[in-house]
Amino acid sequence: MNAAITVFLKEVRENLRDRRTVVNTLVTGPLMAPLIFVLLINTVITRELGKAEAPLSLPVAGAQYAPNLIGVLKQNNVEIKEAPADAERAVREQDADVVLRIGPDFAKAWDKGEPAQVELIYDASQQDARGQVERLRKLIDAYGHRTGALRLLARGLSPSILKPVVLADRDQSTPQSRAGLMFAMLPYFFILGGFIGGMALAIDTTAGERERQSLEPLLANPVPRWKILAGKLGATTAFAITTVLLSIIAFAVVTRFLPTEKIGMSLTLGLRFVVATMFVMLPLAALLGTLQTLVAAFAKSYREAQTYLSLLMLVPIVPTLLLSVMPVKTQLWMYAVPLLGQQVTIVRLMRGDPVSDAALLLCFVATAIAALLAALVTAKIYHSERLAISA
Amino acid sequence: MIEVKNLHKAFGKGAKRVVAVDGASFVARDGEITGLLGPNGAGKTTTLRCLYTLMQPDSGQILIDGIDAAVDPVAVRRRLGVLPDARGLYKRLTARENIDYFARLHGIENETMQARREALADALEMRDILDRRTEGFSQGQRVKTAIARALVHDPKNVILDEPTNGLDVMSTRAMRTFLKSMKTEGRCILFSSHIMQEVGALCDRIVVIARGRVVADESPDVLRAQTGEASLEDAFVKLIGTDEGLAA
Repeated sequence: MNAAITVFLKEVRENLRDRRTVVNTLVTGPLMAPLIFVLLINTVITRELGKAEAPLSLPVAGAQYAPNLIGVLKQNNVEIKEAPADAERAVREQDADVVLRIGPDFAKAWDKGEPAQVELIYDASQQDARGQVERLRKLIDAYGHRTGALRLLARGLSPSILKPVVLADRDQSTPQSRAGLMFAMLPYFFILGGFIGGMALAIDTTAGERERQSLEPLLANPVPRWKILAGKLGATTAFAITTVLLSIIAFAVVTRFLPTEKIGMSLTLGLRFVVATMFVMLPLAALLGTLQTLVAAFAKSYREAQTYLSLLMLVPIVPTLLLSVMPVKTQLWMYAVPLLGQQVTIVRLMRGDPVSDAALLLCFVATAIAALLAALVTAKIYHSERLAISA
Repeated sequence: MIEVKNLHKAFGKGAKRVVAVDGASFVARDGEITGLLGPNGAGKTTTLRCLYTLMQPDSGQILIDGIDAAVDPVAVRRRLGVLPDARGLYKRLTARENIDYFARLHGIENETMQARREALADALEMRDILDRRTEGFSQGQRVKTAIARALVHDPKNVILDEPTNGLDVMSTRAMRTFLKSMKTEGRCILFSSHIMQEVGALCDRIVVIARGRVVADESPDVLRAQTGEASLEDAFVKLIGTDEGLAA
């Protein structure tokens, strides 16, 4: 039997006996992407549904000074509440998102036809409050405009002279595209899944083997080192790929049960999504497994290797962040860049945009070449004398 | 047969340069037990590591059964059974699986592997631990397993780096018996040690190494006669010119 296969089988068998590794490969890693997605999609759904007229609960100070305004607000699905004694403090301490304050002078100014002031107390740095503030502002503005128009009419003037230009919004976004950032994040979690799946083996087969002093006897066997390395890389990649495959399947299943249609988002992740994603993720799992092995080979101990690999884990997030901050038009060359190619492919597939077979193939081949190069570099490291010696 | 000719090996560069082996030459013959004796840091382990091609010598030649280690390291390793200084086992595998793993790496057929493994298990008296995972093994059990996996391919030449290190009296005696039985099988046995009694009791030939050089290469009796000292320990101290490292 070929020595590389012997090493491969031994590493797989040994690591299948490690409960922590098995849990990471079969549970934690695969569930990463679906779980994160469920969380994200929930946020989107809540936000989209929140735009529809859910009752807005509003603390108002001095409601008695402007009964008409309060009446209009109530008609528009705003629930008026008693305001806290110190409105500013309540907002600062996030006891209230927004507070409306009407001064005692309101009625006097209103009757005179002078601008009557109401105060909106809020914290612009609070993301949650922003929607409510916007909605309230619109309601109060609309009330003001309507009253202004009536006053003009009463003086025999057309209210339209106050509106020389009319702006009409024609928003082309869909719930799917508004969720762009979330989609951009997703591929990272697939990649992270593969990373977690391969991590234990990458460390165990290199730094771990050195730490428990079994590398030297192993290398005393009449087997070329590259064959030993090939078996180890194979085992690491196999674990990473298993994790990614489970991850994609779990994801495809989970999305079927999400109420995405509520917000008009169609997530039809069929066989094509699973197959195409798997296809581009295969060489990436090999590349990541090899890089992990390469990095871990430099480490003297298990702990040191873990530290290095945690840092390496941040690398795949770079294209994710770039793409979510600078949404650029997808171009063919992007598929040829490992990580970026997978990123683009998965995002497009999720959004239902077409990805040509040629692009998929380009992504696969380019990443496979990168994985091969990484394996060659690792093999070179493996031939160094320093590697074999357990300190 | 193991032949070492004018071996040199240094680590580091410039001011940090440490010469570990400095022109060592010796021969370990078939059917003999050769002891590589020296204080700590004398270059024993480095010499052995060069022998099983884990390290490449800076200069000098190593021949195992006439095969040059620099030319065909894989063939050399095939002819060697090695118990290195590092003797870690795979703790999630049983002793049997540890042994079989190395047998397969040697490309041994299943039937031969089983026969060899069973024979070794008897010789090393480790049948009772064969199917236990090696996690939690005692030092003696670990060494037995490590020796079994090093010898499962029935090597003509056996290299052991401080084989009795950490073993209790009973295990040490068992180890000596085992080494002697391998000698009667006609194997070439080379082991390193810094323990006098062991070398004196076992070896047909003693190679004394100090500061990377061979300072003596004789039988125990000749060594005593040469130095004029009655005990081997005194002979040894005289040879290396200092008693540093002996206590360790």
